Amino acid sequence: MRIVAENLTFTYNKKSKFSVDALKDVTLTVEEGSFFGIIGHTGSGKSTFIQHLNGLIPVEKGKLTVGDINLADKPKTVKKRYKELRSKVGMVFQYPEYQLFAETVFEDVAFGYKNFYPESSEEELKNAVFSALSLLGLGGDTVNKSPMDLSGGQKRRVAIAGVLVTRPEILVLDEPVAGLDPVGKNELLKLLHNLHDSGKVKTVIIVSHDMDEVCENCTDVAVFAEGRVVFKGKPKDVFANGEEMKNLRLGVPVTGYLSEELEKNGVKINTDFTRDDFVNKVVDFYKNNR
Amino acid sequence: MLSDMTFGQYYPSKSFVHDNDPRTKILLLIVYIVMVFVAKNFLALFLALVFLAVTVLASGVPVTSVLKSIKAIIFLIVFTAILNVCFYKPKEGDTHYFWVIYKEGLIAAAFLSLRLVALVMGSSVLTLTTTPVSLTDGIESLLKPLTYIKFPVHDLALIMSIALRSIPTLANETERIINAQKARGADFDSGNLIKKAKALIPVLIPLLISAFRRGDELGDAMDARCYTGSKTRTKYKKLTFTWRDLVSFLVTAVFLTGIILLNVYSVEVTAFFMSLWS
Amino acid sequence: MQAVEFTNVSFGYGDGETSSSREVLKDFNLTIEKGEFIALLGRNGSGKSTCAKLINGLLTPSEGEVKVFGMSTKDKSNLFEIRKRAGMVFQNPDNQQIASIVEDDIAFGPENIGLPREQIKERIEYALKVTDTEKFRDAQVSRLSGGQKQRVAIAGAIAINPDILILDESTSMLDPKGRKEVMEVVRTLNKEKGMTVIDITHYMDEAVEADRVCVMGDGVIMATGTPKQIFANGEVLAKCGLELPVSAKIAQKLRENGLPIPDGILSKEELSKILCELLRKI
Repeated sequence: MRIVAENLTFTYNKKSKFSVDALKDVTLTVEEGSFFGIIGHTGSGKSTFIQHLNGLIPVEKGKLTVGDINLADKPKTVKKRYKELRSKVGMVFQYPEYQLFAETVFEDVAFGYKNFYPESSEEELKNAVFSALSLLGLGGDTVNKSPMDLSGGQKRRVAIAGVLVTRPEILVLDEPVAGLDPVGKNELLKLLHNLHDSGKVKTVIIVSHDMDEVCENCTDVAVFAEGRVVFKGKPKDVFANGEEMKNLRLGVPVTGYLSEELEKNGVKINTDFTRDDFVNKVVDFYKNNR
Repeated sequence: MLSDMTFGQYYPSKSFVHDNDPRTKILLLIVYIVMVFVAKNFLALFLALVFLAVTVLASGVPVTSVLKSIKAIIFLIVFTAILNVCFYKPKEGDTHYFWVIYKEGLIAAAFLSLRLVALVMGSSVLTLTTTPVSLTDGIESLLKPLTYIKFPVHDLALIMSIALRSIPTLANETERIINAQKARGADFDSGNLIKKAKALIPVLIPLLISAFRRGDELGDAMDARCYTGSKTRTKYKKLTFTWRDLVSFLVTAVFLTGIILLNVYSVEVTAFFMSLWS
Repeated sequence: MQAVEFTNVSFGYGDGETSSSREVLKDFNLTIEKGEFIALLGRNGSGKSTCAKLINGLLTPSEGEVKVFGMSTKDKSNLFEIRKRAGMVFQNPDNQQIASIVEDDIAFGPENIGLPREQIKERIEYALKVTDTEKFRDAQVSRLSGGQKQRVAIAGAIAINPDILILDESTSMLDPKGRKEVMEVVRTLNKEKGMTVIDITHYMDEAVEADRVCVMGDGVIMATGTPKQIFANGEVLAKCGLELPVSAKIAQKLRENGLPIPDGILSKEELSKILCELLRKI
């Protein structure tokens, strides 16, 4: 499923004194198969944008299609397809562990499946739950535990399993690694890559503040600022705008900073800003010019 | 965004009324309520409404905002009006229209409705021009004498202010959890009442857990900032009366006197106006 | 006198018998000097936050003793004095403010210690200035960003005029901009006002700025030393689930590929300087 937004515009509290332009003419395409990074400060419109993707915020102005679902259609027509849409576009909010509510891990993960497929058999439900849990590296012994007895990192994975249980084609995660320690963070990113690489989830969209994280993990990037998309494309091209990114107070990855400094000193290395590539290019430069 | 709602419907602005001490505003609201209740005839009630109009003008709050407050109780007004008309006990000499409808009944109902409207609009002026915070301060200060009978005024005020402080946070949290469960296919709109109530469980449980967690953390934060609930605690914000408050009290006193006079001399005043008319 | 002294401290949640109870600190010893900027690192659940709450007596050790400027937290009558000298900023920006308006919230601590109004005013002015929150004085706390809220929380803590500032993962829920703002304030407090800072964090780049880094694991201190010493110790890092700051990672990779990059590089500025010199020459 491809996501295409054209001139998407949205205003909060339209008539009140506190009206806020959350999105202004956002035009953006997320191709199927990409590992997409969305960057921006709090209030830049990125949260509003992702909540459009599964109909949590209805389209007010502009065009938006997800696969063959036209979200800018008449409200009545669109509403009928919300269920289908939401099972296809999984949405993991910030700190998703705070949405756990059931008595057991099984029940919590099953919640979404039961909502979307109320007619399914016990067998199907079980399969879906167990496979979702195993995709997130959670063993069978966690199934009957209370979510409250798990560690923070485990809770988060249970919450993500609760979204994956319907096997969405697109998985949107709002700051999935916020608050995790380095090990937890690396484990979760690896799991996401596994899901993506194995095709279990076709498109992954992550919202992040961390330029290094986006640069290392994403195939495509969009930068939001004040409700607009200011840069979009490959990390390589987006992070080449060092000066502008600094002005937006977002900055660039460490590799971007280093390349910029080198260039000021007359050393031009043509890197895509991933760490491995940067190291290779620097090493090549060093060896070739010695 | 729920959190962007202006809770307590405060209308941020600077005006004579906004700058009045919250205690003045609370006390004068009470006086106004008395005005509305002692007003026995349309003329007196009309004067109370003039007082309200003057206040609204001085507050700079758009009239529509004040009128909006009626919307919430329109059903109540209509309902009581109908009851009043239907159950009117006719006196001798009343004009009978049809069924149980009397001219005097209609007038009584109209009078009562107008009274309700006046009351609601008056209270809304208080909440529109006073932040919940200073309202709390005002109530705390006014209740202070109760500390002598060991009534925990200060604790009550603290609880109120923490509650006020928590509203936007909890509203935000609620919105987030609702969205998260909607994204997992939860349906809050369809089905009968029981089904709808059941659908709320996945929202209420996480919300409750999070409220407890927040309470816990807030308690720690208060302890860490040396809160002991002791009597040696001082208060930073001091409410002070200014010339504005004096003016407000005087103006109100004039209107109150006017209403009392109108109650007594309504016939004479009406006659006076009539003579002017003709 | 030491600012903080942990002597043979043990602490566990639960009663020690049920399955959910667990021992978090075991025979833990740590001394923090006045004016020091110390970072406590470790995985989630390694006992970092417990340490913080033991210092100002929100928790008391089951064994051993915690002393703050010589006062033991075990003696309840010391707690008020201890909390006056050790301010704390918590993790969640939303769960710390008591009042709706910034200024009123900062006043909360000084009110609690019974300061007269004039002094409270001075304290508020000072706290607003140091944390650069003057322009939010009359703002509603709920309308601020995470970083702004945490700065207000710092203002609330320092309005009591403490000697020690404890940051209990105070930046973990912030975006990089917010983190930067908060750390700038903390740095000023430490360097210019001589405040003892205890920063509990899992951001490696925050630890780089500390005078001393303490790595915790399994309820004990696994290693302690300057940031350079700690990040040079690959074994400890791996064992305690830490990672190198990004710049150090890149430096390491370059070194492994045969570039003459010296050890101990932790910041991007250091690395850039060395790389520029190295590559410009050729």
